[in-house]
Amino acid sequence: MAVTLTINGNEHTLDVADDMPLLWAIRDHAGLTGTKFGCGLALCGACTVHLDGNPIRSCSTPVSAVAGGNITTIEGLNSKAAAAVQAAWQKLDVVQCGYCQSGQIMSATALLAGNSDPDDADIDAAMNGNICRCSTYVRIRAAIKEAARSLA
Amino acid sequence: MNDFTIRKVSRRRFLVSMGSAGAGLTLGVYLPGAAAQDQSADGATSLLEDGAFAPNAFVRVGVDNTVKVMIKHLEMGQGTYTGLCTVVAEEMDASWEQVVPAPAPADASRYNNLLWGPSQGTGGSTAMANSFEQLRNAGAAARHMLVAAAAERWGIAPDKITVSAGKVSAGALSATFGELAEAAAEQPVPEEVALKDPADFVFIGQSFPRKDSGKTDGTAIFTQDINLPGMLTAVVAHPPRFGGRVASFDDVAARAVNGVEDVVQVANGVAVVARDFWSAKTGRDALEITWDDSAALSGSTESMMAEYREMAETDGIDARNDGDVDAALSSADTVLELDFEFPFLAHAAMEPLNCVVRVDADGCEVWNGEQMHTGDQMALAALLGIDVPRVKINMLYAGGSFGRRANPAADYVLEAAMIAKTRPGTPVKLVWTREDDTRGGYYRPMHFHRVRAALDADGQPLAWQQSIVGQSIVAGTPFEPFMVKDGVDVTMVEGAVNQPYAVPNFNLQVHNARSPVPVLWWRSVGSTHTAFVCESVIDELALAAGADPVEYRMGLLADHPRHQGVLALAAEKAGWGTPLPEGRARGVAVHESFNSYVAQVAEVTVGADGSFSVDRVVCAVDCGIAVNPDVIRAQMEGGIGFGLSPALLSEITFADGQVVQSNFHDYQVIRIEHMPEVEVHIVPSAEPPTGVGEPGTPVIAPAVANALRAATGQRLTRMPFRLAS
Repeated sequence: MAVTLTINGNEHTLDVADDMPLLWAIRDHAGLTGTKFGCGLALCGACTVHLDGNPIRSCSTPVSAVAGGNITTIEGLNSKAAAAVQAAWQKLDVVQCGYCQSGQIMSATALLAGNSDPDDADIDAAMNGNICRCSTYVRIRAAIKEAARSLA
Repeated sequence: MNDFTIRKVSRRRFLVSMGSAGAGLTLGVYLPGAAAQDQSADGATSLLEDGAFAPNAFVRVGVDNTVKVMIKHLEMGQGTYTGLCTVVAEEMDASWEQVVPAPAPADASRYNNLLWGPSQGTGGSTAMANSFEQLRNAGAAARHMLVAAAAERWGIAPDKITVSAGKVSAGALSATFGELAEAAAEQPVPEEVALKDPADFVFIGQSFPRKDSGKTDGTAIFTQDINLPGMLTAVVAHPPRFGGRVASFDDVAARAVNGVEDVVQVANGVAVVARDFWSAKTGRDALEITWDDSAALSGSTESMMAEYREMAETDGIDARNDGDVDAALSSADTVLELDFEFPFLAHAAMEPLNCVVRVDADGCEVWNGEQMHTGDQMALAALLGIDVPRVKINMLYAGGSFGRRANPAADYVLEAAMIAKTRPGTPVKLVWTREDDTRGGYYRPMHFHRVRAALDADGQPLAWQQSIVGQSIVAGTPFEPFMVKDGVDVTMVEGAVNQPYAVPNFNLQVHNARSPVPVLWWRSVGSTHTAFVCESVIDELALAAGADPVEYRMGLLADHPRHQGVLALAAEKAGWGTPLPEGRARGVAVHESFNSYVAQVAEVTVGADGSFSVDRVVCAVDCGIAVNPDVIRAQMEGGIGFGLSPALLSEITFADGQVVQSNFHDYQVIRIEHMPEVEVHIVPSAEPPTGVGEPGTPVIAPAVANALRAATGQRLTRMPFRLAS
């Protein structure tokens, strides 16, 4: 079964089953490993990618549902908001183990793309689906505000 | 993880060596055995290795001017790359930018954990504590030889030369480390080196950006990301009950799944091997397995806890006995009795367990984030019937671990090897799903504690009898001979047997429960439960005495100035005693673990319906010399979050012998909405540095429980906390 996906602007024709979650097509077949497997049930957010700019959980999205859409992974982020988020993440040294951070950055970037000045409640609402077992949450919150300031 | 015996012995050695460093600019003992290769006494052998100056096992100065620091510990988020690089940069006077961490190979002869004896591994918050002197010496020796090379080249005395930010200079003369690397490799290795006076530190005590790079752009490589030519992926069906075994299985449907290459039985289940994860998982789910549960766990959390309660009624094994606790309790007017229950807990690192192994005629190659290099290496060698050096380990970042990847049973590593063994030459990536990880055991053990305590007429503690029931973590492992003393597992009583408060009659007993549930250390180990009990009981005694909880503790800690130091600092910074809005209250706790001291003041808000939130935590930590304060702050923030999960949400329970929870919907952990504001304050100290990965974790739950007690009058004695409305 061949599925054609547009990932980071590149077309990939992949020989995978229709019901394969996008995550595994991205990781095992397109060879992009920045998007992580955490739970498989859209509970932790480690697999977050953008579909036409909106954050989705790739672990629970079958490839058949996204053919024709534009998929952006952490490797393909190139927006101003994304650069601001990544710079803030580095400035505040948010990261600990790092495994969830691709997903955190994808969610934070999508938040700032639609809300240039998020308050704590906005941040909680946008980021609550992204678990960090290192509990870098204090710095995630601060870094999103820092990124928003740098974009203002 | 902390081995009482090993720690005592090696700590003595550590203190002796630190003794020489306490007096300013002194000479460290430089160990020739740590050199990258043997050098004859006259320095005739070059120390150039792969084009880099390799003065010892830890430093590589490249002609490209990089300073590579060989990191013998696992980077799992705790910041060890950053901390250990800081120490080398300091003694070399390198620039931060030129210093690059590199994972050291598994080689216990050069890279053993000095607090563990002849074994390489990461745990017990020991990375900095055991490396500090070692890396100071390694860095100082490298600097000495670079200076000697410059002196020779310029024809001047070494003491005319200065080094700063990676530049060696004398007047108008200057050279980079890279320009001197080849010449430095021809210099004799010094037998002793001068270590810096701490007053001259420029890196230690300052914060520099973290060195575990690639974590904000998806380029960092974890085990899950390894993709080797021809690699296959394996997913395993494990028994639904611990102690269960495969009776028989039908793999026809599994083998029919597109992409499935093979189905193999392993020690603890049946593995499906396929071209990618999804095929392997689909195949695994299509297996029809009949399990033999004749030796498997039966019963429930409730039945297990009932057994624990019964055991607590009997005489246990004394772990400590001061005075005459029975006489004191029977003479006391008021005896306080508290029972505490702690559930099993899964580590639930974000990266589910995984391991890549290739077995061939040459031996075995592993790609993994290893928390216990030597143990896994030996276990693999034994499984495969090969010599230990033929097990090559490629070290990767771990996406968290919290103790789970430090398993004396090497469970997931051996499982990967059992599968790889069936396909010689083919790399196999074993992947556990989140459900496999949640249900896979090696949990923080379940515990029951019973405490009876009494005050004297002045409100001071008179007697304290405590019984702990639980499974030993180290019984049956290679650690048992060192870590079980007269039937007492030191990891079960740490934090209780050494509780710091002055109590004239104190008795601590343990009861060793047995169960097929596999158990393991979980970030801060015994202190995950002992700190909660100790700090809840002392709080209750303070209330019974009508005393302020901070003042009461301070009075009982006269012999423990470092406890007092963090307690006073946290209380001051939190505004202890100042008024709070209606519905809001503070609680405090203090605890030492792994030789680091932490106090926290938690502020909670309680709603009329029994809901509550943790809004603010003020934390004070004394971990000796603060090598990288920002990493210390990050570990306190993270440790607080990690400890909040079981306080608020997490538990592994059993019903009909099976684990009830399976994924993050029912094994819940804190999310950003639960995270309080955190302030971290570091006590200035000239003591040798100690660890920070674990000590922030055990303090938060009792601080929150004590705040909830203050807000509601309810004493919470089981986690996760549930208030009566």
